[in-house]
Amino acid sequence: MDSLIERFLEGDRRALARVISRVENETAEGRECLRALYPRSGRAHSIGVTGGAGSGKSTLTGALAAAFRRRGHTVGIVAVDPSSPFTHGAILGDRIRMQDLTLDPGVYVRSMASRGALGGLAPTIDDVVAVMDAFGFDYVIIETVGAGQDEVEIAGTALTTVLVNNPGTGDDIQAMKAGILEIADVLVVNKADHPGADVLVSQLQALLTLSPAGSRRPPVLKTTATRGEGLDALADAIDEHRAYLESSGELERQRAIDSRHQVLSIARAILLERIRQATPEEELESLVQQVAARRLDPHSAAESLAARLRA
Amino acid sequence: MTAPSTATKIRVLIAKPGLDGHDRGAKVVARALRDGGCEVIYTGIRQTPEMIAEAALQEDVDVVGLSILSGAHLELFPRIVDEMKKRGLDDVLLFCGGIIPEEDTAALSGLGFQAIFRPGTNTQDIVKFVFEHVKK
Ligand SMILES: Nc1nc2c(ncn2[C@@H]2O[C@H](COP(=O)(O)OP(=O)(O)O)[C@@H](O)[C@H]2O)c(=O)[nH]1
Ligand SMILES: [Mg+2]
Repeated sequence: MDSLIERFLEGDRRALARVISRVENETAEGRECLRALYPRSGRAHSIGVTGGAGSGKSTLTGALAAAFRRRGHTVGIVAVDPSSPFTHGAILGDRIRMQDLTLDPGVYVRSMASRGALGGLAPTIDDVVAVMDAFGFDYVIIETVGAGQDEVEIAGTALTTVLVNNPGTGDDIQAMKAGILEIADVLVVNKADHPGADVLVSQLQALLTLSPAGSRRPPVLKTTATRGEGLDALADAIDEHRAYLESSGELERQRAIDSRHQVLSIARAILLERIRQATPEEELESLVQQVAARRLDPHSAAESLAARLRA
Repeated sequence: MTAPSTATKIRVLIAKPGLDGHDRGAKVVARALRDGGCEVIYTGIRQTPEMIAEAALQEDVDVVGLSILSGAHLELFPRIVDEMKKRGLDDVLLFCGGIIPEEDTAALSGLGFQAIFRPGTNTQDIVKFVFEHVKK
Protein backbone atom coordinates (compact mmCIF):
# COMPACT_ATOMS: atom_id res chain seq x y z
CA MET A 1 0.00 0.00 0.00
CA ASP A 2 2.62 2.52 1.13
CA SER A 3 4.92 1.21 -1.55
CA LEU A 4 2.19 1.78 -4.12
CA ILE A 5 1.97 5.43 -3.09
CA GLU A 6 5.74 5.65 -3.05
CA ARG A 7 5.95 4.38 -6.60
CA PHE A 8 3.14 6.73 -7.59
CA LEU A 9 5.08 9.66 -6.19
CA GLU A 10 8.16 8.55 -8.11
CA GLY A 11 6.14 8.91 -11.29
CA ASP A 12 5.53 5.19 -11.94
CA ARG A 13 2.67 4.99 -14.45
CA ARG A 14 1.74 1.47 -13.44
CA ALA A 15 1.26 2.69 -9.89
CA LEU A 16 -0.93 5.50 -11.23
CA ALA A 17 -3.03 2.95 -13.12
CA ARG A 18 -3.41 0.79 -10.03
CA VAL A 19 -4.32 3.71 -7.77
CA ILE A 20 -7.00 4.78 -10.24
CA SER A 21 -8.52 1.28 -10.22
CA ARG A 22 -8.67 1.23 -6.44
CA VAL A 23 -10.24 4.66 -6.34
CA GLU A 24 -12.69 3.78 -9.10
CA ASN A 25 -13.72 0.59 -7.32
CA GLU A 26 -14.27 2.57 -4.11
CA THR A 27 -12.25 0.18 -2.02
CA ALA A 28 -10.86 1.00 1.44
CA GLU A 29 -7.40 1.02 -0.12
CA GLY A 30 -8.62 3.48 -2.72
CA ARG A 31 -9.82 5.86 -0.04
CA GLU A 32 -6.50 5.57 1.71
CA CYS A 33 -4.70 6.47 -1.52
CA LEU A 34 -6.96 9.45 -1.99
CA ARG A 35 -6.34 10.64 1.55
CA ALA A 36 -2.60 10.55 0.92
CA LEU A 37 -2.70 12.09 -2.54
CA TYR A 38 -5.46 14.68 -2.37
CA PRO A 39 -3.28 17.37 -0.76
CA ARG A 40 -0.99 17.10 -3.79
CA SER A 41 -3.78 17.86 -6.23
CA GLY A 42 -5.03 21.26 -7.29
CA ARG A 43 -2.23 22.21 -9.64
CA ALA A 44 -3.46 20.78 -12.93
CA HIS A 45 -5.87 22.65 -15.13
CA SER A 46 -8.90 20.45 -15.76
CA ILE A 47 -10.78 20.64 -19.04
CA GLY A 48 -14.14 19.03 -19.77
CA VAL A 49 -14.96 18.12 -23.35
CA THR A 50 -18.66 17.59 -23.88
CA GLY A 51 -21.05 17.46 -26.83
CA GLY A 52 -23.19 14.99 -28.74
CA ALA A 53 -22.22 11.43 -29.62
CA GLY A 54 -20.05 11.44 -32.71
CA SER A 55 -19.37 15.16 -32.54
CA GLY A 56 -15.65 14.40 -32.41
CA LYS A 57 -14.96 14.67 -28.67
CA SER A 58 -12.40 11.85 -28.59
CA THR A 59 -10.62 13.01 -31.74
CA LEU A 60 -10.59 16.58 -30.44
CA THR A 61 -9.36 15.48 -27.02
CA GLY A 62 -6.45 13.64 -28.63
CA ALA A 63 -5.61 16.55 -30.91
CA LEU A 64 -5.82 19.02 -28.02
CA ALA A 65 -3.51 16.85 -25.93
CA ALA A 66 -1.07 16.81 -28.85
CA ALA A 67 -1.21 20.62 -29.00
CA PHE A 68 -0.38 20.87 -25.29
CA ARG A 69 2.43 18.36 -25.77
CA ARG A 70 3.94 20.53 -28.53
CA ARG A 71 4.11 23.28 -25.91
CA GLY A 72 5.99 20.98 -23.57
CA HIS A 73 3.12 20.21 -21.18
CA THR A 74 2.01 16.81 -19.90
CA VAL A 75 -1.57 15.62 -20.19
CA GLY A 76 -3.79 13.09 -18.43
CA ILE A 77 -6.99 12.06 -20.17
CA VAL A 78 -10.10 10.39 -18.71
CA ALA A 79 -12.61 9.30 -21.33
CA VAL A 80 -16.02 8.19 -20.10
CA ASP A 81 -18.31 5.86 -22.03
CA PRO A 82 -21.68 4.50 -20.91
CA SER A 83 -22.18 1.30 -18.92
CA SER A 84 -25.04 -0.91 -19.99
CA PRO A 85 -27.89 -0.43 -17.52
CA PHE A 86 -28.76 -4.12 -17.90
CA THR A 87 -25.47 -6.00 -17.75
CA HIS A 88 -23.36 -3.21 -16.17
CA GLY A 89 -20.71 -4.03 -18.74
CA ALA A 90 -19.30 -1.45 -21.14
CA ILE A 91 -17.34 -1.07 -24.32
CA LEU A 92 -14.85 1.75 -23.95
CA GLY A 93 -13.70 2.83 -27.39
CA ASP A 94 -12.41 6.37 -27.07
CA ARG A 95 -8.77 5.30 -27.26
CA ILE A 96 -9.30 4.37 -30.91
CA ARG A 97 -9.17 8.11 -31.69
CA MET A 98 -6.11 8.75 -29.55
CA GLN A 99 -3.70 6.16 -30.94
CA ASP A 100 -0.91 8.60 -31.65
CA LEU A 101 -0.64 9.42 -27.96
CA THR A 102 -0.31 5.85 -26.70
CA LEU A 103 3.47 5.74 -26.67
CA ASP A 104 4.03 9.32 -25.54
CA PRO A 105 5.43 9.21 -21.99
CA GLY A 106 3.95 12.65 -21.33
CA VAL A 107 0.38 11.44 -21.87
CA TYR A 108 -1.73 8.98 -19.94
CA VAL A 109 -5.14 7.90 -21.22
CA ARG A 110 -7.68 6.14 -19.05
CA SER A 111 -11.07 4.86 -20.17
CA MET A 112 -13.85 4.88 -17.60
CA ALA A 113 -17.32 3.39 -17.61
CA SER A 114 -20.17 5.57 -16.35
CA ARG A 115 -21.27 2.83 -13.90
CA GLY A 116 -24.80 4.10 -13.55
CA ALA A 117 -24.00 7.78 -12.99
CA LEU A 118 -26.24 10.24 -14.79
CA GLY A 119 -24.98 13.41 -16.38
CA GLY A 120 -22.33 11.96 -18.67
CA LEU A 121 -19.65 11.18 -16.10
CA ALA A 122 -18.81 8.35 -13.68
CA PRO A 123 -19.50 8.16 -9.93
CA THR A 124 -15.84 8.54 -8.98
CA ILE A 125 -14.80 10.97 -11.71
CA ASP A 126 -13.75 13.74 -9.31
CA ASP A 127 -11.55 11.33 -7.37
CA VAL A 128 -9.90 9.99 -10.52
CA VAL A 129 -9.24 13.52 -11.78
CA ALA A 130 -7.71 14.42 -8.39
CA VAL A 131 -5.41 11.39 -8.62
CA MET A 132 -4.26 12.40 -12.12
CA ASP A 133 -3.76 15.93 -10.89
CA ALA A 134 -1.69 14.68 -7.95
CA PHE A 135 0.44 12.63 -10.35
CA GLY A 136 1.60 15.94 -11.78
CA PHE A 137 -0.02 16.32 -15.19
CA ASP A 138 -0.22 19.94 -16.29
CA TYR A 139 -3.64 19.37 -17.88
CA VAL A 140 -6.31 16.78 -17.21
CA ILE A 141 -8.87 16.43 -20.00
CA ILE A 142 -12.20 14.74 -19.25
CA GLU A 143 -14.32 13.50 -22.13
CA THR A 144 -17.98 13.00 -21.21
CA VAL A 145 -20.24 10.24 -22.50
CA GLY A 146 -22.02 12.53 -24.92
CA ALA A 147 -25.38 10.85 -24.71
CA GLY A 148 -27.64 13.85 -24.58
CA GLN A 149 -28.22 17.46 -23.77
CA ASP A 150 -28.23 17.09 -20.00
CA GLU A 151 -24.55 16.68 -19.40
CA VAL A 152 -24.11 19.70 -17.21
CA GLU A 153 -22.31 17.84 -14.40
CA ILE A 154 -19.01 18.35 -16.19
CA ALA A 155 -19.07 22.03 -15.26
CA GLY A 156 -18.67 21.00 -11.62
CA THR A 157 -15.78 18.65 -12.39
CA ALA A 158 -13.67 20.66 -14.83
CA LEU A 159 -12.45 24.24 -14.55
CA THR A 160 -12.89 24.88 -18.27
CA THR A 161 -15.79 23.30 -20.13
CA VAL A 162 -15.49 22.95 -23.90
CA LEU A 163 -18.76 22.32 -25.74
CA VAL A 164 -18.38 20.61 -29.11
CA ASN A 165 -20.90 21.32 -31.86
CA ASN A 166 -21.05 20.25 -35.52
CA PRO A 167 -22.29 22.08 -38.57
CA GLY A 168 -25.49 20.91 -40.20
CA THR A 169 -26.97 19.06 -37.23
CA GLY A 170 -29.30 21.67 -35.74
CA ASP A 171 -27.67 21.00 -32.40
CA ASP A 172 -27.26 24.67 -31.67
CA ILE A 173 -30.93 25.35 -31.15
CA GLN A 174 -31.39 22.27 -28.98
CA ALA A 175 -28.36 23.17 -26.94
CA MET A 176 -29.85 26.55 -26.17
CA LYS A 177 -33.13 24.98 -25.09
CA ALA A 178 -31.51 22.60 -22.68
CA GLY A 179 -29.36 25.32 -21.20
CA ILE A 180 -26.15 23.48 -21.97
CA LEU A 181 -24.77 26.60 -23.60
CA GLU A 182 -24.66 28.20 -20.15
CA ILE A 183 -22.06 25.76 -18.92
CA ALA A 184 -19.71 26.27 -21.87
CA ASP A 185 -16.58 28.33 -21.29
CA VAL A 186 -15.34 27.72 -24.81
CA LEU A 187 -17.49 26.73 -27.80
CA VAL A 188 -16.06 24.65 -30.59
CA VAL A 189 -17.50 24.05 -34.02
CA ASN A 190 -15.73 20.81 -34.90
CA LYS A 191 -15.82 19.19 -38.34
CA ALA A 192 -15.25 22.63 -39.78
CA ASP A 193 -14.34 20.84 -43.01
CA HIS A 194 -18.07 20.16 -43.42
CA PRO A 195 -20.34 22.76 -45.02
CA GLY A 196 -22.13 25.19 -42.75
CA ALA A 197 -19.37 25.71 -40.20
CA ASP A 198 -19.25 29.48 -40.61
CA VAL A 199 -23.04 29.74 -40.40
CA LEU A 200 -23.03 27.77 -37.16
CA VAL A 201 -20.27 29.97 -35.74
CA SER A 202 -22.36 33.08 -36.42
CA GLN A 203 -25.48 31.45 -35.01
CA LEU A 204 -23.70 30.52 -31.81
CA GLN A 205 -22.16 33.97 -31.53
CA ALA A 206 -25.60 35.50 -31.95
CA LEU A 207 -27.02 33.26 -29.23
CA LEU A 208 -24.22 34.24 -26.91
CA THR A 209 -25.02 37.94 -27.24
CA LEU A 210 -28.17 37.10 -25.29
CA SER A 211 -26.19 36.27 -22.18
CA PRO A 212 -26.40 38.73 -19.27
CA ALA A 213 -24.47 41.98 -19.69
CA GLY A 214 -21.09 42.04 -18.03
CA SER A 215 -20.73 38.28 -18.03
CA ARG A 216 -17.80 36.72 -19.84
CA ARG A 217 -18.69 35.78 -23.40
CA PRO A 218 -17.25 32.41 -24.41
CA PRO A 219 -15.23 32.38 -27.62
CA VAL A 220 -16.48 30.33 -30.56
CA LEU A 221 -13.74 28.47 -32.43
CA LYS A 222 -13.60 26.33 -35.54
CA THR A 223 -11.66 23.04 -35.49
CA THR A 224 -11.08 20.11 -37.80
CA ALA A 225 -9.88 17.64 -35.22
CA THR A 226 -9.05 14.90 -37.74
CA ARG A 227 -6.51 17.20 -39.38
CA GLY A 228 -5.37 18.89 -36.20
CA GLU A 229 -6.61 22.27 -37.44
CA GLY A 230 -7.62 25.00 -35.02
CA LEU A 231 -6.14 23.23 -32.03
CA ASP A 232 -3.55 25.87 -31.19
CA ALA A 233 -6.28 28.47 -31.01
CA LEU A 234 -8.29 26.14 -28.78
CA ALA A 235 -5.33 25.58 -26.46
CA ASP A 236 -4.86 29.37 -26.30
CA ALA A 237 -8.54 29.93 -25.52
CA ILE A 238 -8.35 27.39 -22.68
CA ASP A 239 -5.27 29.08 -21.24
CA GLU A 240 -6.98 32.45 -21.55
CA HIS A 241 -9.99 31.11 -19.67
CA ARG A 242 -7.69 29.83 -16.95
CA ALA A 243 -6.06 33.26 -16.71
CA TYR A 244 -9.51 34.85 -16.50
CA LEU A 245 -10.53 32.45 -13.70
CA GLU A 246 -7.44 33.40 -11.75
CA SER A 247 -7.58 37.15 -12.24
CA SER A 248 -11.30 37.47 -11.60
CA GLY A 249 -11.34 35.42 -8.43
CA GLU A 250 -13.67 32.94 -10.13
CA LEU A 251 -11.17 30.14 -9.61
CA GLU A 252 -11.46 30.36 -5.84
CA ARG A 253 -15.21 30.73 -6.05
CA GLN A 254 -15.66 27.78 -8.38
CA ARG A 255 -13.39 25.57 -6.29
CA ALA A 256 -15.40 26.39 -3.18
CA ILE A 257 -18.68 25.61 -4.92
CA ASP A 258 -17.36 22.36 -6.36
CA SER A 259 -15.87 21.24 -3.06
CA ARG A 260 -19.10 21.99 -1.24
CA HIS A 261 -21.07 20.03 -3.79
CA GLN A 262 -18.66 17.13 -3.59
CA VAL A 263 -18.64 16.93 0.20
CA LEU A 264 -22.41 17.07 0.38
CA SER A 265 -22.92 14.46 -2.27
CA ILE A 266 -20.48 12.07 -0.59
CA ALA A 267 -22.18 12.72 2.76
CA ARG A 268 -25.51 11.89 1.13
CA ALA A 269 -24.11 8.59 -0.14
CA ILE A 270 -22.67 7.75 3.29
CA LEU A 271 -25.98 8.46 5.00
CA LEU A 272 -27.89 6.37 2.52
CA GLU A 273 -25.47 3.50 3.07
CA ARG A 274 -25.89 3.81 6.86
CA ILE A 275 -29.65 3.81 6.53
CA ARG A 276 -29.49 0.70 4.40
CA GLN A 277 -27.25 -1.00 6.91
CA ALA A 278 -29.53 -0.04 9.77
CA THR A 279 -32.62 -1.32 8.00
CA PRO A 280 -33.39 -5.03 7.79
CA GLU A 281 -34.35 -5.99 4.27
CA GLU A 282 -37.85 -7.18 5.42
CA GLU A 283 -38.49 -3.80 6.96
CA LEU A 284 -37.56 -1.98 3.75
CA GLU A 285 -39.64 -4.42 1.74
CA SER A 286 -42.64 -3.90 4.00
CA LEU A 287 -42.42 -0.10 3.66
CA VAL A 288 -42.05 -0.43 -0.08
CA GLN A 289 -45.13 -2.66 -0.24
CA GLN A 290 -47.19 -0.18 1.75
CA VAL A 291 -46.15 2.61 -0.59
CA ALA A 292 -46.92 0.47 -3.64
CA ALA A 293 -50.36 -0.27 -2.20
CA ARG A 294 -50.90 3.46 -1.57
CA ARG A 295 -51.35 2.91 2.15
CA LEU A 296 -48.30 5.02 2.92
CA ASP A 297 -46.77 7.92 1.01
CA PRO A 298 -43.09 7.69 -0.03
CA HIS A 299 -42.05 10.70 2.07
CA SER A 300 -43.36 9.18 5.29
CA ALA A 301 -41.72 5.89 4.41
CA ALA A 302 -38.38 7.63 3.83
CA GLU A 303 -38.77 9.58 7.09
CA SER A 304 -39.21 6.38 9.00
CA LEU A 305 -36.07 4.97 7.40
CA ALA A 306 -34.08 8.09 8.24
CA ALA A 307 -35.37 7.95 11.81
CA ARG A 308 -33.45 4.72 12.28
CA LEU A 309 -30.22 6.71 12.28
CA ARG A 310 -31.25 8.68 15.33
CA ALA A 311 -31.96 5.56 17.34
CA MET B 1 -26.52 10.35 -8.71
CA THR B 2 -24.46 7.24 -8.07
CA ALA B 3 -25.57 3.69 -8.74
CA PRO B 4 -25.66 1.10 -5.99
CA SER B 5 -22.12 0.55 -4.79
CA THR B 6 -20.12 -0.59 -7.75
CA ALA B 7 -18.60 -4.02 -7.50
CA THR B 8 -15.11 -4.36 -8.88
CA LYS B 9 -15.38 -4.93 -12.60
CA ILE B 10 -13.29 -7.18 -14.75
CA ARG B 11 -11.43 -4.98 -17.23
CA VAL B 12 -10.48 -6.50 -20.55
CA LEU B 13 -8.36 -5.10 -23.37
CA ILE B 14 -9.32 -6.43 -26.79
CA ALA B 15 -6.59 -5.62 -29.26
CA LYS B 16 -5.84 -6.32 -32.88
CA PRO B 17 -2.13 -6.51 -33.59
CA GLY B 18 -0.68 -6.50 -37.06
CA LEU B 19 -1.74 -5.15 -40.35
CA ASP B 20 -4.95 -6.94 -41.25
CA GLY B 21 -7.88 -4.58 -41.22
CA HIS B 22 -10.79 -6.82 -40.27
CA ASP B 23 -12.04 -6.36 -36.75
CA ARG B 24 -15.44 -7.98 -36.96
CA GLY B 25 -14.38 -10.91 -34.81
CA ALA B 26 -12.75 -8.67 -32.23
CA LYS B 27 -15.88 -6.56 -31.99
CA VAL B 28 -18.10 -9.61 -31.54
CA VAL B 29 -15.90 -10.78 -28.67
CA ALA B 30 -15.90 -7.27 -27.15
CA ARG B 31 -19.69 -7.16 -27.22
CA ALA B 32 -20.04 -10.63 -25.72
CA LEU B 33 -17.77 -9.67 -22.83
CA ARG B 34 -19.67 -6.43 -22.30
CA ASP B 35 -22.91 -8.39 -22.21
CA GLY B 36 -21.25 -10.67 -19.69
CA GLY B 37 -20.67 -7.63 -17.46
CA CYS B 38 -17.03 -6.78 -18.25
CA GLU B 39 -15.62 -3.36 -19.01
CA VAL B 40 -13.97 -3.83 -22.37
CA ILE B 41 -11.41 -1.43 -23.75
CA TYR B 42 -11.28 -1.64 -27.49
CA THR B 43 -8.33 0.01 -29.19
CA GLY B 44 -8.99 -0.58 -32.88
CA ILE B 45 -6.93 -2.14 -35.61
CA ARG B 46 -3.23 -2.05 -36.50
CA GLN B 47 -1.78 -2.00 -33.00
CA THR B 48 1.94 -2.46 -32.50
CA PRO B 49 3.16 -4.69 -29.63
CA GLU B 50 4.31 -1.59 -27.74
CA MET B 51 0.92 0.09 -28.11
CA ILE B 52 -0.94 -2.98 -26.86
CA ALA B 53 1.30 -3.36 -23.81
CA GLU B 54 1.15 0.35 -23.03
CA ALA B 55 -2.66 0.42 -23.31
CA ALA B 56 -2.87 -2.63 -21.02
CA LEU B 57 -0.74 -0.78 -18.48
CA GLN B 58 -2.61 2.52 -18.63
CA GLU B 59 -6.00 0.83 -18.44
CA ASP B 60 -4.90 -1.55 -15.64
CA VAL B 61 -6.68 -4.45 -17.28
CA ASP B 62 -7.06 -7.93 -15.80
CA VAL B 63 -7.25 -9.60 -19.19
CA VAL B 64 -5.78 -9.05 -22.66
CA GLY B 65 -7.43 -10.75 -25.62
CA LEU B 66 -5.67 -10.62 -28.98
CA SER B 67 -7.42 -11.17 -32.26
CA ILE B 68 -5.41 -12.02 -35.34
CA LEU B 69 -6.18 -13.16 -38.86
CA SER B 70 -2.98 -12.32 -40.69
CA GLY B 71 -0.99 -15.37 -39.64
CA ALA B 72 1.68 -13.23 -37.98
CA HIS B 73 0.88 -14.42 -34.45
CA LEU B 74 4.13 -16.32 -33.91
CA GLU B 75 6.00 -13.20 -34.87
CA LEU B 76 3.86 -10.65 -32.99
CA PHE B 77 2.63 -12.42 -29.85
CA PRO B 78 6.08 -13.05 -28.34
CA ARG B 79 6.87 -9.36 -28.81
CA ILE B 80 3.61 -8.36 -27.11
CA VAL B 81 4.28 -10.67 -24.17
CA ASP B 82 7.79 -9.27 -24.00
CA GLU B 83 6.59 -5.66 -23.96
CA MET B 84 4.10 -6.54 -21.24
CA LYS B 85 6.79 -8.20 -19.12
CA LYS B 86 9.01 -5.13 -19.55
CA ARG B 87 6.22 -3.12 -17.98
CA GLY B 88 5.72 -5.56 -15.13
CA LEU B 89 2.41 -6.83 -16.46
CA ASP B 90 2.98 -10.47 -15.59
CA ASP B 91 -0.28 -11.21 -13.81
CA VAL B 92 -2.56 -10.38 -16.74
CA LEU B 93 -4.70 -13.22 -18.14
CA LEU B 94 -3.95 -13.77 -21.83
CA PHE B 95 -6.10 -15.32 -24.51
CA CYS B 96 -6.18 -15.10 -28.26
CA GLY B 97 -8.48 -15.80 -31.13
CA GLY B 98 -8.62 -15.85 -34.89
CA ILE B 99 -6.98 -17.96 -37.52
CA ILE B 100 -4.37 -19.91 -35.61
CA PRO B 101 -3.26 -23.36 -36.79
CA GLU B 102 -3.45 -26.25 -34.31
CA GLU B 103 0.28 -26.84 -34.53
CA ASP B 104 0.94 -23.41 -32.98
CA THR B 105 -1.02 -24.22 -29.83
CA ALA B 106 1.96 -25.42 -27.82
CA ALA B 107 4.07 -22.40 -28.72
CA LEU B 108 1.30 -20.03 -27.66
CA SER B 109 0.56 -21.75 -24.39
CA GLY B 110 4.29 -21.65 -23.74
CA LEU B 111 4.04 -17.88 -24.09
CA GLY B 112 1.31 -17.81 -21.45
CA PHE B 113 -1.85 -17.80 -23.53
CA GLN B 114 -4.37 -19.74 -21.50
CA ALA B 115 -6.89 -20.20 -24.29
CA ILE B 116 -7.12 -20.02 -28.05
CA PHE B 117 -10.53 -19.41 -29.57
CA ARG B 118 -10.83 -20.32 -33.22
CA PRO B 119 -13.55 -19.37 -35.69
CA GLY B 120 -16.84 -21.00 -34.75
CA THR B 121 -16.27 -20.61 -30.99
CA ASN B 122 -19.40 -19.85 -28.99
CA THR B 123 -18.77 -16.40 -27.51
CA GLN B 124 -20.34 -17.63 -24.26
CA ASP B 125 -17.34 -19.91 -23.86
CA ILE B 126 -15.05 -16.88 -24.01
CA VAL B 127 -17.07 -15.09 -21.34
CA LYS B 128 -17.04 -18.21 -19.19
CA PHE B 129 -13.27 -18.58 -19.65
CA VAL B 130 -12.65 -15.00 -18.54
CA PHE B 131 -14.81 -15.26 -15.43
CA GLU B 132 -13.28 -18.58 -14.43
CA HIS B 133 -9.66 -17.56 -14.89
CA VAL B 134 -9.34 -13.95 -13.91
CA LYS B 135 -7.59 -13.39 -10.59
CA LYS B 136 -9.90 -11.15 -8.60
N1 LIG C 1 -14.74 15.27 -41.20
C1 LIG C 1 -14.42 15.29 -39.91
N2 LIG C 1 -14.64 14.21 -39.17
C2 LIG C 1 -14.31 14.24 -37.86
C3 LIG C 1 -13.73 15.38 -37.26
N3 LIG C 1 -13.53 15.11 -35.95
C4 LIG C 1 -13.95 13.84 -35.74
N4 LIG C 1 -14.42 13.32 -36.89
C5 LIG C 1 -14.96 11.97 -37.10
O1 LIG C 1 -16.19 11.83 -36.40
C6 LIG C 1 -16.34 10.51 -35.94
C7 LIG C 1 -16.63 10.50 -34.46
O2 LIG C 1 -15.50 10.99 -33.79
P1 LIG C 1 -15.23 10.73 -32.24
O3 LIG C 1 -14.02 11.50 -31.88
O4 LIG C 1 -15.23 9.27 -31.94
O5 LIG C 1 -16.54 11.40 -31.60
P2 LIG C 1 -17.14 11.29 -30.12
O6 LIG C 1 -18.18 10.22 -30.14
O7 LIG C 1 -17.75 12.63 -29.86
O8 LIG C 1 -16.01 10.99 -29.20
C8 LIG C 1 -15.08 9.76 -36.32
O9 LIG C 1 -15.30 9.05 -37.49
C9 LIG C 1 -14.07 10.87 -36.53
O10 LIG C 1 -13.04 10.52 -37.42
C10 LIG C 1 -13.49 16.53 -38.09
O11 LIG C 1 -13.01 17.57 -37.65
N5 LIG C 1 -13.86 16.42 -39.40
MG1 LIG D 1 -15.73 9.50 -27.70
